[in-house]
Amino acid sequence: MAKVPLLELAHARSGDKGDTVNVGLIAYDEDDYPLLLQQVTIDKVKHHFGHLVKGGVERFELPNLHALNFLLHGALDGGGTVSLMTDAQGKVFSTAMLRMKIDVPREVAERVRGRGRAPGEGHRDEGEGRNEDGARAAGSPGGRPREAGQDDPAQ
Amino acid sequence: MSGAPARPAVQGLSGLRGRRPGGMRPSCIRIAGGQGFWGDDPEAPVRQVTGGPVDYLMLDYLAEVTMSIMQKQRSRDPAAGYARDFVPLMERIAPACLERGVKVVSNAGGVNVPECARAVAEAARRAGADGLRIGVVTGDDLMARLDALLAAGHALRNMDTGAPLAGVRDRVRSANVYMGARPIVEALRGGAQVVVTGRSTDTALTYAPMLHEFGWAWDAHDLLAAGVVAGHVNECGAQVTGGNCLAGWWLVPDLAAVGFPIVEARRAGDFVVCKHEGSGGAVTPRIVKEQLLYEMGDPTAYVTPDVTADFTTVQLARDGPDRVRVHGARGRPPTPFLKVSVACSDGFKAAGTLVYAWPDAAAKARAAARVLRQRLDRLGLAFDAVRVELVGWDSTHGHLAGEPPADLPEVQLRVAVRSGDRAVVERFSREIAPLVLAGPPSVTGFAGGRPRVQEVTAYWPALIDREAVESDFSVAFLEA
Repeated sequence: MAKVPLLELAHARSGDKGDTVNVGLIAYDEDDYPLLLQQVTIDKVKHHFGHLVKGGVERFELPNLHALNFLLHGALDGGGTVSLMTDAQGKVFSTAMLRMKIDVPREVAERVRGRGRAPGEGHRDEGEGRNEDGARAAGSPGGRPREAGQDDPAQ
Repeated sequence: MSGAPARPAVQGLSGLRGRRPGGMRPSCIRIAGGQGFWGDDPEAPVRQVTGGPVDYLMLDYLAEVTMSIMQKQRSRDPAAGYARDFVPLMERIAPACLERGVKVVSNAGGVNVPECARAVAEAARRAGADGLRIGVVTGDDLMARLDALLAAGHALRNMDTGAPLAGVRDRVRSANVYMGARPIVEALRGGAQVVVTGRSTDTALTYAPMLHEFGWAWDAHDLLAAGVVAGHVNECGAQVTGGNCLAGWWLVPDLAAVGFPIVEARRAGDFVVCKHEGSGGAVTPRIVKEQLLYEMGDPTAYVTPDVTADFTTVQLARDGPDRVRVHGARGRPPTPFLKVSVACSDGFKAAGTLVYAWPDAAAKARAAARVLRQRLDRLGLAFDAVRVELVGWDSTHGHLAGEPPADLPEVQLRVAVRSGDRAVVERFSREIAPLVLAGPPSVTGFAGGRPRVQEVTAYWPALIDREAVESDFSVAFLEA
């Protein structure tokens, strides 16, 4: 098994409803949806966000979209115009969620490596136990792997 | 059909205008989304009307806090309280809408729908679009009878906290019930070419035209649910055509000329999300998925006034370049309640910022925050909340961002406070600039002046029995 950030397995969008943030977590590949289902549990999400989420966490499954929807209650310092946060509407809790690391089979880690980042960006490796440079295959401007269509929004 | 504006205008027959001869129903209509919020790209609606065939233009101007802002504007000026941008926009597009047979459905009326409609009528006349028929939908504004409703036992409890509204009654600034599609459909049946509403649900602005054009029954819950899904996709402008899209964001082409969404709806309930040919951006399953999940609660129960939609039943399929087909939506009967959006005045806040430069940028910013806190304490100022953020490090992801790198080139200190006492927040706003000469060094970025003191408006969501308010929903007509 290997640890990879959700960033490499899923994309996400977040928004607000009062003092609650919702994070929609969407598997890039439907094959990886079961990994999200199994690994991105309510407890792990609660633990990941720590004191950033004061209330409970709810999780809903959308198998048709290969997605999970999380509700993070009490995450916005009151929400709306009450909140003093820069991110008072929870717009970037999406990528905060994608920092979370989960355990995946090695072949999955190999397949998804480098996904979720623009070419040439983010050279600092954040993966645990990963070779700083050796993991970065040639073949794209930033030295990151680019399988045909892998990051293509047309997929 | 692809929605080509081939329908002849029937003149002078009140109640029949805009209907096809012989009552023929289309198999497909194209509903364009032109605004995702008040302040969205003012050119987008123009491009939507002139960039290719569409049948309807949907313009959503209202967010949760917008109504209270409009209520404040109306209290200063009885002719204000709506999305003013809508008027010059209609002056620009009314002739093209008439010529092309494009109808406009918008919640631009805010808390002053009649004044908004009057201003649109005048604008249409100025533009030579005489005879434009405007449907005026009212009845959502509960302010005038709020006390009567409370006295009649409608507690309007806060959906999050359970507290009854009576406890904050003196601080209520606006109260509006969310209307569904019924009054909009009635306006379209009455021949309206422009429908102006107040607090309609965002989604109803998109699915009301479907109900009207396709003649869907009000108990056809799956069809209505499809309409709700279409409305959800359509209500945030370019967020479903490549804007703010995380998946492969660097590959989305030509966001500068991004095409806003068009829902190509079919009578059978499936629809295609697309955009005008030649426009920028992209429409792909990944992009549509991100928008489907945006501001989503329980996806099995997306509650609207007309139907409860189940988003977990929705399926996506590619339908050519920049086209995604959405089908399979299921719905259940609506609840006996309607949602009420109440805005309450809730004190004041302000945020001040300063920028600290290398070396030790983060350490200097933290030290400045400590100095500031000590000065505020010595002044005896009591805040309800104080928040310190280092923009460039922890302001968005907090502790998840880890410790800042030792050589952080610069960081912006942002300190925000909130208090029920305006004077306390005013005093805070005078304590930022002194840090420049009497705090840690290498500081700049203070040219913006003192932080602005803002009135805080708290959002109070509540439910009400629909019988208590629905009879007040009404439709009137106005001709330019």
